[in-house]
Amino acid sequence: MNFVEEENILEINRVVMTFGGLMALSNLNFQVKKGSIKAIIGPNGSGKTTLFNIITGSFPPTKGTVRFKGRSIEHLKAHKIADRGISRTFQTVELFGNMTVMENVMLGCHTQVRTSFMASGFVLPQSRRKEKRIRENALKILKFIGLADKFKDSADSLPLGEQKLLEIGRALASEPELICLDEPAAGLNETETHMASSLIKAINAKGITVLLVEHDMKVVMNISDEILVLNYGQKIAEGLPEDVRNSLSVIEAYLGVEA
Amino acid sequence: MLRIAKLPIVIFAVFIITFPWIASQIPAINHYTDIMVFAGIYCLITIGLSLFMGYAGQISLGHAAFYGIGAYVSAILTVKYGLNPWVCMCIGMAVTAAVALLVGAPSLKLKGHYLAMATLAFGIIVFIIFNEETEWTGGPDGMAGIPGLSLLGFDFSSVGRYYYLVWGIVLAAFVFTVNVIQSGTGRALRAIHASEPAASAMGVDVSRFKILVFVYSAVLASLAGSLYAHYLNFVNPSTFDLFFSIKLLIMIALGGMHNIWGAVIGAGLITFLSYEWLYYFEEFEVIVYGAILLLVTIFLPKGLAGVPGIVKGWFRK
Ligand SMILES: Nc1ncnc2c1ncn2[C@@H]1O[C@H](COP(=O)(O)OP(=O)(O)OP(=O)(O)O)[C@@H](O)[C@H]1O
Ligand SMILES: [Mg+2]
Repeated sequence: MNFVEEENILEINRVVMTFGGLMALSNLNFQVKKGSIKAIIGPNGSGKTTLFNIITGSFPPTKGTVRFKGRSIEHLKAHKIADRGISRTFQTVELFGNMTVMENVMLGCHTQVRTSFMASGFVLPQSRRKEKRIRENALKILKFIGLADKFKDSADSLPLGEQKLLEIGRALASEPELICLDEPAAGLNETETHMASSLIKAINAKGITVLLVEHDMKVVMNISDEILVLNYGQKIAEGLPEDVRNSLSVIEAYLGVEA
Repeated sequence: MLRIAKLPIVIFAVFIITFPWIASQIPAINHYTDIMVFAGIYCLITIGLSLFMGYAGQISLGHAAFYGIGAYVSAILTVKYGLNPWVCMCIGMAVTAAVALLVGAPSLKLKGHYLAMATLAFGIIVFIIFNEETEWTGGPDGMAGIPGLSLLGFDFSSVGRYYYLVWGIVLAAFVFTVNVIQSGTGRALRAIHASEPAASAMGVDVSRFKILVFVYSAVLASLAGSLYAHYLNFVNPSTFDLFFSIKLLIMIALGGMHNIWGAVIGAGLITFLSYEWLYYFEEFEVIVYGAILLLVTIFLPKGLAGVPGIVKGWFRK
C-alpha cells in the first residue's frame, strides 16, 4: 500500500440517486485514498455503474456531493470532469468502432493536447507538432497495454479481451489521476483476466488511483487495498479485503444476501 | 490513421482547371461549364454537410435555409443599399453563423429524428419568411438586378471567369475540410458519431463540437448562396425550399456520406442530372431522385465513394 499521507482523492458525501421511483443509490458515503486501488462490489443492480456515472459526470446525483481533490465536481459535465483528471471505461465496451486502435488512444489524448478548428483547417505548424506528440504518446500507451502491433486495425475488429484493454489504454491516454474501471475482467478468459489484473496493478504503480467495479472475486481480493460492498444502493460493508471477506460471509449466512 | 490521399486531390484540381478548355473543344458539351458553376456552388454546401452528417453523424434538413440566407443577404444589401458585393457576402456569412448558432444550440441537444424535425421546421420557417416578407425579399416574385462580381477591376462576368472563382473557393474549402478531418478535430467528430458517452468521458465537449461543425457547414452554405445570387443576378424563394434540402441529402447519400469525396461526386452528378440529363422528365424528376435514394441506401450504403472499396474487396477474394 502506497498511500500518500492517507490523503483522500475522492469523497462521496450523502449521495442519493433516484430514477423515477427507483432509488439506485441511497445516502452513500465513502472516500478513496490517493494512490490506492478501491474495489466496489455488489449484486446486479446494486448501483455500481450508477455510481461511476455520477463520479464521471454522465448525470448529476439527485442529492449529495462528489469531491475530487477537495473540489466538488458533481455539477460538472463529463468532459470537464475528464479535464480535471478522472477517466473511465464502460461496462459494455464503448470504443469508437469507426476508428483504428491507434486513433482510439489518440482521442484519449484530447484532454492533454488540443488544436482549434481553424488551426487544424490551415494545418498550422503548431497543429502538426501537436499531432506528432499525440501519436508518440498513443504509441507509448499501446506498448504499455500490449496492443502496439495492432495499431492499424479497426477497433471493432478486436476480440473482446483486447477491446477491454484498448478501453483502458484510451482512458490512460487522458493522463488521469483517478481511473474508474467498470468490470474490466467481465467476459475474459483466465489468461486474459490474469493480464488485466497485472495491468491494473501496473497502472496503480504509476501513481494512478484506481476505482474498480468487478464481479470476479479473485481479481478483487488479489489487487484491492480496500473494498466497498453495495446492496440496493446502500453500503453494507467497507474495509480491508480480509475484513470484508469475513463480514460478507456473516452477511450471507444471516441475511442470505449474495454479494 | 485516417489519411486522405493527396494524389486524387491533385488530379481533381487538374481536372477542374482544364475542364472549361475541354468543354470548349466539344460543341455538344459547350454549355457544361455553366452547369459546372452550379455544381461547384452545390459542392460547397455538400462539403460542409458531409463533415456535419457523414463525419459527426448528425442530420440537417434545413441547409436550404442557410443557402437562402446567404443569397438574400447579398441580394438585399446590394440591390437596396448598394453595398459592395464582397462585403455583403461576408455579412451574409456572419448573419448565417449567428442564426446557425441560435438554432443549433438548442436543437443539437436533440438526436436522430428529433434533430431532423427541428432543422426541417427551421427550414420551413425561413422559407415562409422569404415568401412573406415581401417588402424585403420581393416575395414569391423574388428580386432581380443583383450585380455581378468584380475584384480590383477584374470582372467575373463571363461564365468561364465565374467558374474559376467558384471552383477556386470550392477547392480551398475542400482542402480546409480535409485538413480538419485529418486533425484532432476530425477525430473528435468521428468519436461523437461512434459514441457520445465515450467521447465526453474522454474530454470531448460534445455540444461545442456539434455546434462548431453546424455553424461551419451553415457558413459554407451561405457563401454558396451569395455566389449563386451574384451569378444568376436574381433570386426567388423556390430555390431554397424543403426539396432543395432533401436534394442536398440525396447528393451526399449518392456520393457517400462517410467520405468527403462523396460530397464532390454527389453534388456533381445530381447537378448534371437535374440541369441536363433529367431535363425532359420535368415534374417526374422527383420520382427519379426517390429511386436513386432508395437504390443507393439498399445497394450502396457507402455511396459511390464506397465503390473502390467494394471492388478492392472482390480482388482480395
Ligand atoms: N439511466 C437509468 N435510468 C433508469 N434506471 C436506471 C438507470 N441506470 C441505472 N438504473 C437502475 O438503477 C439500478 C442500479 O443499476 P446499475 O447499473 O448502477 O447497477 P450495477 O450495480 O452496475 O449492476 P450490474 O452488476 O448488473 O452492472 C438498476 O435497478 C437499474 O435498472
Ligand atoms: Mg454495472
